[in-house]
Amino acid sequence: MNALELNSIYKTFGALPALDNVSLSVPAGSRTAIVGPSGSGKTTLLRMIAGFEFPDSGSISLNGQTLVDGSTEVPAHQRMIGYVPQDGALFPHMTVAGNIAFGLSGDAALKQERVAELMDMVSLDSRMSQRWPHELSGGQQQRVALARALAQRPRLMLLDEPFSALDTGLRASMRKMVAKLLSDTGVTTILVTHDQSEALSFADQLAVMRQGRLVQTGQPMDLYLHPHDEETALFLGDAVVMPAQIENGYAICDLGRVQVSSTSPNGAAQIMLRPEQLEISSQPADLEQVDGCIGVVTDRDFGGNTCTLTVDLKAPSPATNGQSASRSLLVRSSGVHAPAAGSLVHISTLGSAHVLTQPVRRQAVTTP
Amino acid sequence: MSKPVALPEASKVAQLTTLAHPRQHPRRASGRRSGSWVVAISILVSLLALLPLAFVIGISIKTGWATIAELVFRPRVAELLINTVLLVVITIPLCIALGVALAWLTERTDLPGRRLWSVLATAPIAVPAFVHSYAWVSLVPPIHGLFAGVLVSVIAYFPFLYLPIAATLRRLDPAIEDVSESLGLKPWAVFFRVVLPQLRLAICGGSLLVGLHLLAEYGLYAMIRFDTFTTAIFDQFQSSFNGPAANMLAGVLALCCLLMLTAESASRGHARYARVGSGSARLQRTQRLTRNTKAAALLLPIITSVLALGVPLITLAQWLIAGGADVWRMAEILPALKQTLVLASVGALITTCAAVPVAWLSIRSPGRLHRILESCNYITSSLPGIVVALALVTVTISFARPIYQTTITVLLAYLLMFLPRALVSLRAGIAQAPVELENIARSLGRSPSQALWLITMRLAAPGAAAGAALVFLAITNELTATLLLSPSGTRTLATGFWAMTSEIDYAAAAPYALIMILLSLPLTALLYHQSKRTAGR
Repeated sequence: MNALELNSIYKTFGALPALDNVSLSVPAGSRTAIVGPSGSGKTTLLRMIAGFEFPDSGSISLNGQTLVDGSTEVPAHQRMIGYVPQDGALFPHMTVAGNIAFGLSGDAALKQERVAELMDMVSLDSRMSQRWPHELSGGQQQRVALARALAQRPRLMLLDEPFSALDTGLRASMRKMVAKLLSDTGVTTILVTHDQSEALSFADQLAVMRQGRLVQTGQPMDLYLHPHDEETALFLGDAVVMPAQIENGYAICDLGRVQVSSTSPNGAAQIMLRPEQLEISSQPADLEQVDGCIGVVTDRDFGGNTCTLTVDLKAPSPATNGQSASRSLLVRSSGVHAPAAGSLVHISTLGSAHVLTQPVRRQAVTTP
Repeated sequence: MSKPVALPEASKVAQLTTLAHPRQHPRRASGRRSGSWVVAISILVSLLALLPLAFVIGISIKTGWATIAELVFRPRVAELLINTVLLVVITIPLCIALGVALAWLTERTDLPGRRLWSVLATAPIAVPAFVHSYAWVSLVPPIHGLFAGVLVSVIAYFPFLYLPIAATLRRLDPAIEDVSESLGLKPWAVFFRVVLPQLRLAICGGSLLVGLHLLAEYGLYAMIRFDTFTTAIFDQFQSSFNGPAANMLAGVLALCCLLMLTAESASRGHARYARVGSGSARLQRTQRLTRNTKAAALLLPIITSVLALGVPLITLAQWLIAGGADVWRMAEILPALKQTLVLASVGALITTCAAVPVAWLSIRSPGRLHRILESCNYITSSLPGIVVALALVTVTISFARPIYQTTITVLLAYLLMFLPRALVSLRAGIAQAPVELENIARSLGRSPSQALWLITMRLAAPGAAAGAALVFLAITNELTATLLLSPSGTRTLATGFWAMTSEIDYAAAAPYALIMILLSLPLTALLYHQSKRTAGR
């Protein structure tokens, strides 16, 4: 069952379209990440769901209740939607306990009990309850903000880049903690972020936004491996995109013959591979192989556990008609066995390449 | 689409049609969302505030252009205009310089006794302006003219700049200064390029307040024989009740105020002054002074305190000693005290409450309408108390006979005259409460008005309290409107004091002045503490 339904939302600020026909379904109990570069409209969308802004047209409903459409407008305070902004936005004039209890009603003893319970949930020491926001670290402030939003048992939780102000190690552990906490409590969650790795690891459902539009929605793994277009592909991670000639389930390209989905129509197309799908070997035996292709390592970027190699391909494939005589690729290799610059390597592909559905642009192959 | 469509398809078709006409359903005006009642109250308050101006304009129309030209274009008006302009352009920069210097010394340095100096820099507002000039006239009888006007004005009004500047200095994000220092700015450059610009709201608001005082004050200038528009208007009314002449002068005065308002709102800018960033700010750094600079720096608060507090207190002490027990006529003084207290506290409460919607709107959705609404209130308060009073006299006699010469009318006059005091402080306070916090409160199930009350008003409380205290003090020291509007038999401390000095019985006036000062002291202390206390501490 879908908890939240967004139906063709439009919003303009002045002459600029901020949201352009955005429709999205969020299944109950799921975690959805909306990811996009800054200015893509993702925060505007979130604020609209929270009720801080209203769309020019379109409708939003939650658990079957219409929040916004042409005739109704449920104000923010009647929506029961939790909201955690980037900086936590704790009330500076209230203690930790005061902040967490803000959305609660009832007698003091019950409140205190619930506050203790919530603090425990977000792994905050109960002795901190009388601290002031300015006495907390960034991570602690975010935990308080999360506890405050959870206090009213929200029907939906909105997280607006809540981890971006935290340092890297803390960010990952907070993300795990929040993800676990939210799935334990079964709260449907929407996370907005510009950090693709955060989105990929956090979400069950990923929605990519660009210039006010939702360009693609789906499971993180699916989006990562099968993006509609090059821009999305590159936004979600490093990618090798190259022209190819599709023939009966195989792509003929600079890398040789690469398997693609059998449903791909024959003809010229762009294919995409993730760098981790390329495997290199400098074994003399492998260099003799027919499949794959041969290249020369021109640069080695040591990065600890992985090493990024720049490899210039030697034999241009017939598909390109010799246009790009030396195509260079980024290939990941484990730091231990990374071949030195100047080495001759054999490149083979793992799994199948993805054929981008968008019309071929930029590196268009013009066959005479 | 000719095929029969399944249900999901049908909804898609419906979607496509709305897609083609995304603006088919015009949505409600956005005003509703920012709380229509807030807008309604603001408009009501502002319309009320326009009453005296409407009175001046109405009378002008009745008078006719020929008479107006005859009354306005004459050497006397030019002379008054020059006097008033000189007073304003000399006094305000001096007040700003003094206010900024004292605020910086007391907030950001390790000046010895900075708490004390901070209190003493706030204290002069406990002394009514006309008591300041009463003290100076007693001490240096020949004192008069522009020099005297500027001197006494700076002394009497600089706390209006000191208080908001000091409060803002306390709340500035220290990280901004750290960053600018790391960008290679020297300490003085940090102050002038980073700190001072952030004081802009406080300086603009405070300057406007001082400027409006300079334009509207009567007692101070009357006593040291310095002619301004307001003293001239008062004389006109008192001598002949020559309506048109006084009203035309008031018209020119209103124009001056309009100019001042425009200048203030132009210099206020559109920058965001609420703190952006995570959590709450850290504590401010303090600048260590060397032994020599410390000694030099001490001179400023010492001289200021001697002039602003020493002179009035010594003079009062002299008169009280000279007068002895005879001047303490308790049968007159006690009722005056009681009436003053009641009027001032009720007036402060009403005025502050009325200022909340206007201040909130001007910060949260600064648009043309709201700027106009806010300006309405400033225009009225810039009119001298006597014009407001006479407007109310005329209007109540003609349209609201039952409230003529009642306390309601007096309170109404106070509301119209002192609203900007509450407004300036409230606005600065609300500007410190980011709108995001209100949003969070709403997402936690609080209605917009609850969010306003629980979050914004709590954070703006120091500002609101400062505003209310300023209004209380103003009413305690208010003279002309009270004289004209109060029901017969009403005697406040200020009117009592004025009656005595008018009879040149300076000794008998001294107890009233002393009580006014004593009465204002706890409020000034409260003002001081409230502005000291940052949110949550």
